[in-house]
Amino acid sequence: MKLDDVPQDAETSSYAGHSKLLYAVDQEGQYQGAQSAGWDAENYATQQALAELEQLEQHAQQGWQGGKLSPLPCLMYRYRMDELALAQVTGLWRWRIRRHFQPQIFARLSPALLTRYADAFGLPTEQLIAYQQGTLHEL
Amino acid sequence: MSFNHQQSAHCETGVMSSLLTHAGLPMSEPMAFGLSSALAFAYLPLVKLSGMPLIAYRMPPKHIIKTLSKRLGVRLHTATFSNPQHGKAALDRALDEGRLVGLQSSVFWLPYFPPEMRFHFNAHNLMAYGREGDEYLLSDPVFEEPVRCAAEALQKARFAKGALAAKGLLYWLDDVPLEQDWPALVRKSIVSTTRILDGMPLPWIGIRGIEHLARKINKLDPDAKKYNRLYLTHIVRMQEEIGTGGAGFRFMYASFLQEAGVLLGDEHLQAAAQELTQIGDQWRQFASLCVKQSRGKDAGLGMQPIAQALLAIAQQERALFKGLALWAKQRK
Repeated sequence: MKLDDVPQDAETSSYAGHSKLLYAVDQEGQYQGAQSAGWDAENYATQQALAELEQLEQHAQQGWQGGKLSPLPCLMYRYRMDELALAQVTGLWRWRIRRHFQPQIFARLSPALLTRYADAFGLPTEQLIAYQQGTLHEL
Repeated sequence: MSFNHQQSAHCETGVMSSLLTHAGLPMSEPMAFGLSSALAFAYLPLVKLSGMPLIAYRMPPKHIIKTLSKRLGVRLHTATFSNPQHGKAALDRALDEGRLVGLQSSVFWLPYFPPEMRFHFNAHNLMAYGREGDEYLLSDPVFEEPVRCAAEALQKARFAKGALAAKGLLYWLDDVPLEQDWPALVRKSIVSTTRILDGMPLPWIGIRGIEHLARKINKLDPDAKKYNRLYLTHIVRMQEEIGTGGAGFRFMYASFLQEAGVLLGDEHLQAAAQELTQIGDQWRQFASLCVKQSRGKDAGLGMQPIAQALLAIAQQERALFKGLALWAKQRK
């Protein structure tokens, strides 16, 4: 890549005003570091991943509000995880996590288990308890 | 502590370059990358990221730190902690002793990262060079400037659980030998890289892995539009975003070959650097093709041109690394 070709697509960038270092060659073919403000192709790929997570989150939120799901799947996607990642972070089996997605099972979870989920999401345990008791309905 | 922050393309090479330079052995980031033989390719279908296979363009995390320390004869001090409080105390102690400390952490919990870039990747590397009140002074190699981070947030990031969990890993370098046998180091590291890329009997590793990915792309069902879009953009993300990725690493290795060529006065390495620069450009074009197809702007050409582009890259990388293997043999 030549220095002139280092992408500077700042408008669509996912770097939030930051720039990334790349290595590129000057006129004589000598390498040097060069800052890039963003690249359209890369940004499109990032946005796809984020949009997919958002869609899953919305879907899970509808399931929660409709009483079909516990708030856990919604929180899971909001904090950019999937079942596998949540299992790894909480140290719980996937089948247990899937059970906890059912509202009637979630309603009976112990504070200790809720704490494990709360830690995974970086939330206070009280918040999950409030969801469980139905005193909080917003994420 | 007097310390010069330097922006890098990749976290682990950036940290090693800074730690060595700080210890009195000036080392550019591409040199740290090349001398640790970190260039690679791997398609790992069993390791899933958001349901997609892991595609790596370099050796696994910690490879660079360990290999480079070993080759340079540096004593690498590392520690992980089962108790997060001990991990914090050890970091504070090292900083009070005036050390520059390497840390492994999660990207997701570092508040200074832009929200769009915060994913659960636990093997990010950065350095701490001091603390003030309740804040740590950090040098994160992928950022332009040094940053500050609240103690609580850094603690959460260092002890995030899950895949590749850091367990609070901290490290520093002791006894950095300032005299090095550069020609031998360059040769040895290049031999390793040629073996990783073109000498593994596994179909997912090295250039065979690139060919494997090309076959996978060719086999995508043209009607599964949404899956294809997520699959192709996943490849692009693994290549360009996660750890600077494919093209970036090809350019960085080319820069290493160029610097090594100057150091050794060797024209073959300089020529190889030029060739790899062109291959890096093709990796970027490949990423563009993936995105074009995902956006539906490929004029209905389908997957075949994308797979072809990847096969062409594989062929050229094979020729290049066969040439380098031969070069290494002749210099023995």
